[in-house]
Parts: sequence; structure tokens; C-alpha cells
Amino acid sequence: MSSIPQIPLASWIDSFVDWLVQFTGFFNAITNFIGGINNAFQWVFDLIPIWLFIVLVLALTFYVNRRDQRWGLLIFEFLGLLLIWNLDFWRDMTQTLTLVLTSSLIALVIGIPLGILMAKSHVAEVILKPILDFMQTMPAFVYLIPAVALFGIGMVPGIVASVIFAMPPTVRMTNMGIREVPDELIEAADSFGSTEWQKLFKVELPIAKTSLMAGVNQSMMLSLSMVVIASMIGAMGLGTKVYFAVGRNDAGGGFAAGLAIVILAIILDRLTQSLTRDHRG
Amino acid sequence: MSVKVEVKNLTKIFGKHIGRAKELIKQGKTKSEILKEAGATVGVDQANFKIDDGEIFVIMGLSGSGKSTLVRMINRLIEPTDGEVLIDGENLMKMDKKKLREVRRKKMSMVFQNFGLLPNRTIIENAEYGLEIQGVDKTERRKRAKKALEQVGITGYDDEYPDQLSGGMQQRVGLARALANDPQILLMDEAFSALDPLNRTDMQDQLLDIQEGLKKTIIFISHDLNEALKLGDHIMIMRDGEVIQTGTPEDILTHPANDYVEEFIENVDRSKVLTAGNVMIRPVTINIDKAGPRLTLKRMKNNEVSTAYVVDNKRKLIGIVDANDVIGLVRHDSSDLRSVVKTDVPTTNEETPISDLMDDISQTGIPFAVTNDKGQLKGIIVRGAVLGALAGNEVSEFE
Repeated sequence: MSSIPQIPLASWIDSFVDWLVQFTGFFNAITNFIGGINNAFQWVFDLIPIWLFIVLVLALTFYVNRRDQRWGLLIFEFLGLLLIWNLDFWRDMTQTLTLVLTSSLIALVIGIPLGILMAKSHVAEVILKPILDFMQTMPAFVYLIPAVALFGIGMVPGIVASVIFAMPPTVRMTNMGIREVPDELIEAADSFGSTEWQKLFKVELPIAKTSLMAGVNQSMMLSLSMVVIASMIGAMGLGTKVYFAVGRNDAGGGFAAGLAIVILAIILDRLTQSLTRDHRG
Repeated sequence: MSVKVEVKNLTKIFGKHIGRAKELIKQGKTKSEILKEAGATVGVDQANFKIDDGEIFVIMGLSGSGKSTLVRMINRLIEPTDGEVLIDGENLMKMDKKKLREVRRKKMSMVFQNFGLLPNRTIIENAEYGLEIQGVDKTERRKRAKKALEQVGITGYDDEYPDQLSGGMQQRVGLARALANDPQILLMDEAFSALDPLNRTDMQDQLLDIQEGLKKTIIFISHDLNEALKLGDHIMIMRDGEVIQTGTPEDILTHPANDYVEEFIENVDRSKVLTAGNVMIRPVTINIDKAGPRLTLKRMKNNEVSTAYVVDNKRKLIGIVDANDVIGLVRHDSSDLRSVVKTDVPTTNEETPISDLMDDISQTGIPFAVTNDKGQLKGIIVRGAVLGALAGNEVSEFE
């Protein structure tokens, strides 16, 4: 191997990132935009009193499960949120929630159209598939480095890294859901003279809904798994507590914050799953 | 009757090297030769036919015969490789997307084998789909969808979902959805094939009933000859993408174009083992040794028939009498019933296969009398019962 010169892959990527950095204006705009969404969520969460927040979560759970009430979940949510309040993790929890909601929202807004494109175009599928594989398998840490270079320190690079890591399931499941719509339904839609848009909104998306929502649920869980990693570049929240506990060798503090993440994860998971279950419109 | 749909040289080739395959078809090569030389599969090979306004045209063939491909080319769900589809003389192949969409919305609707209902929509929402995408306003389309559902006999299920209904009911909704647009042409792709036999017969009867009132042009795809014979004004038989024979049910039964069609028909006959004994019905009989003209007339009146079969004490067939002749006797106060009995009645025995009788039955107006070897009258064969039996109906009115 010594006779073959080493391929300077690392320096190529460095120069690519350096080249990107010159578009400061563009990345600033993105930073401001994402920061804006993030701050809006945080502002709302800071505004709501804790007791009201808990009531709202319980009410939402009650509403989405109205046809098939799950009392166990309601009790779990009530006790779990009280525990987070009691442990004084409330503001950290809302920061983490903000990060998850913002990145999920962005992943959804970008991911669903990409999934539709992928389902409709063979070329798009061939191009997107390896990119999605890459996004999902590249260790999430790696995204942090260019994210800092381009978006600075704080919530925004954390959100960007989360979006990249969490988006693939939404894209994939949207693609799969649309491709699995039975041929006969597509033929029925066409034979009655639907336009492409009518077919998409009246037939394909409603029928792909279950699979699409499963993708959203997965994306949300993946972005939640990014919170500790994102805390390394200054994204505040429960992740920060865990990250600091690691540095201080504080097992108790680490587990307590970890438990709060688990509670949040379970609540988000069950809520989105309830939306996934087919209530027929 | 005017021609509604005309198909000229309609061809579909699947696979690669389609240009080459087209040339090979024109050279008259067979399907397997084309598959070998060009690697292309001929789905439909230069189909030509005309469909009259208001008729039921059945395209019949086994799976792989190209019948489903053919019907999908008529509304261009499948893009033909070659040929023309003319609807009211307008070439569908020359239409752009927008024009084609108009035709699909206004002129023809399709009914699918597995119903093709949207599972996330209620019955009424399914029925109004075609109108909804045309932008018909909500109250108007509800009204029209409801009317269509009533036409097919589905009421009170508006807010149910398709999976809450049986297969037969679902297909009625499929039919209602197609009718709601008030199309001139209905394409029905194996529409009743997924239903159980009882439901299928029901739906066939219902389709004929609806057709009686609406007089749509219906293109019906089927793999079942009994169904084809029952529904079709004309039947087109396909095999391996080629049209083998087109004709009325009687044409097909009496003059099968080749061995393939003959085998089909034989299968039908063999499966039903249809003999004269199977399809005969009980006639109104008069015992000439007991009854005079007045009693005869009374019996005929009670049974609402204009001809009665005359037998003797041993039920031996003498002949038939016509109501007018009997009325004549009564007027002249004659009691000689024998003088008006016509004895030239066509007869046959119970074991005769009806395929042997088809020709004669279609020509004579008088029903065949079925007798046993002692000449006793067992029953009669009327035309309707024969066709009904061929189409798979049980002969039920044995009275």
C-alpha cells in the first residue's frame, strides 16, 4: 500500500466545509429561521404554568384515545410529569421537548414531500436511497462538526444534526406507504378522471396515512435519541444534565435526568402512536 | 343502432424492443416467436370490434387472454402500443391528458374486480367520488350519489365503511359509484368474479334490471361462459391476446369458430349435462277424454296461456289447441275439441341434449313437447328456459 499515495479524503471534506462557510448569509438565514421556530415553541412552553401543561397533556391524551380510552397511560403521564417537576427538571424537559418538536417538524416538512417524490419517480428513488442510508448510518456525532462550523453553537446546530439523523424514517415510510396503495385503487382514481393532485390527496396520502405516521413517530424517537449528543454543542435541555453528569461521574444525577428523558419519550411515543391508529378520519 | 365504441387494430406489447415486436406482428409471427426474437410479450394482438349503443358486450377469455389489458386500453389506464379506440367517432388515442380526463369523468366509468373502494371513505363518500373530483357541489353530489345507491339497492348504509359490508354489497357500491357519474359507457372488469355464486347470480340479474331502464353501453369482462351467455348481447372470445370469435350468444353456441370455442361450449354443456329433461317445464294440459271446449277455455284462462297441450287418459300426447280455436268452438256451441287439435307438434325425448335442439328451438315458435317412449307428455321446452339453463339458471318454475 505504501507505493499508492493516500487519498486525502479528510482534507477534501475540510475544504468543502470551508467552501460552504463562505455562504454565511445563507446559513445565518437558516439559523434565524430554525432559531425562530425553536424560540416560538420555547416561549409557549415557558408561558404555560406547569400544572396547566400537565392538564393539557392529559387532555390531549384523553382526546386522541377517545374511542378506546387508556387509563394506564393517563396515570403514567400524570405521575411521570409530576416526577419531572419534583426533580426540578421542568425547564430542561421543555427545552428538550422544544428541540424534539422543532426537528421533528422540520423532518416532517422536508421528509414527506421527499417521500412522495421518491414514490412517484424511479430516478428520485435511486438517488435518494443511498443518501438516506448514509444519513442514518453515519455516526450522529460526525454531523456536529460541520453543524458547528455552519450554524455556530447552541440549539440550532443540534436541531440540524437531529433533522439529518431523524428524517430518513419519515421519507422511507412515506415512500413505502404510497407505493403500497393497491393498484386497483390507483386505477379507480385514474378511471374516474382524477388529476395527479386529487389522486395524491384523496387516495394515496389518506391510505398511506398509517405508514406515514409510523415514520413520523420513528423520526421523533430518533431525534429524542439525539438530545444527549446535541448537548455537546450547546443544545440545552435534559441532555445537558446527562452530559454534565458524565463529566462529573455523577451516576445519580445522570440516571435521574435519563429517567426524565425516558418519561418524555414514552409520552411522545404513545401520543403519536395514538394518532397512527386508524380512527377513520 | 349506432356504433358507440369502435376498436381498430388495438395492440399492446409489453417488454423491450417494442418496435421490433410490432414489425414481427405485422409479419404474422406467433406470440411465442415474438417472445423469442424480440423478448416482448404480446398482451393484445390487433383487436378489432364494434360495440353498439346500449348493448352489453362481453369480452370473454381465460386468465392471460388479454381481456383485462384490452378493457384498460379502452379508457387508457394502459397505454396501447398501437391502434385506435373511437368513442362516438372520436379517437381516444389523439386526446391530451385534459381531454382524456374529461372523457373519463363524463363518458365512461369503471367497475373493478375487487371493488376498488376507498377504505377510508364511507359508502356515500365512495359513491360520490367521481362527482367530487369533478367539483360538483356537496349537496348536489350527495343527492346524485344517494340516487345511484338506491338504484343498486343499497340504502341505509351511507355512513358505514366498505369493510363493514359483504362482498356483494361492496360491489353494488362500486357499481353505484360508476353510475353516479351518469356515464354512457360502463367498463366492468370481472366485476362479479370475486362474489360467491348466489351473490353473483343476484348481481347479474340486477345489472340486467338496471340496464333495462338505463340502456348504457356496457363492456363486461368475464372468464365465465355462463355469465357471458346470460349477460351478453354480443360476446367476444379471446385467447392469448387474439380475438377468436365475436357474435351473439346463439352464434357462439351454434357456430363455434374453432375447436377452442367448441371446447368451451362443450365444457358448459358437459358441466350442466343439459338434456331436454333438465330444461323442460310443466305445460298446461287438457285431458281430451274428460274435458270439453268450455272447461279447456277455463283452464287456459286460469293459467293465462294461449296454447294448451292435449293428452288422453293415459297422458299420451295428442297435440295442442289454440285459445282462439277453442273460443270458436264455444261460440258455435260445438263440443268436438278434437277438430281443433293440431297434431304437428315437434317432439323429443328426455335424454336429447339441448345442443341438438338449439337450431330447431330458435326457429320454431311452438315449444318442443318432451315425451317418453310410450308417447306420454312429460314436459315442454320453451326458448327462455333453454337460454336461462345455458346461462346457469336452475329451471325452477316447474309447475
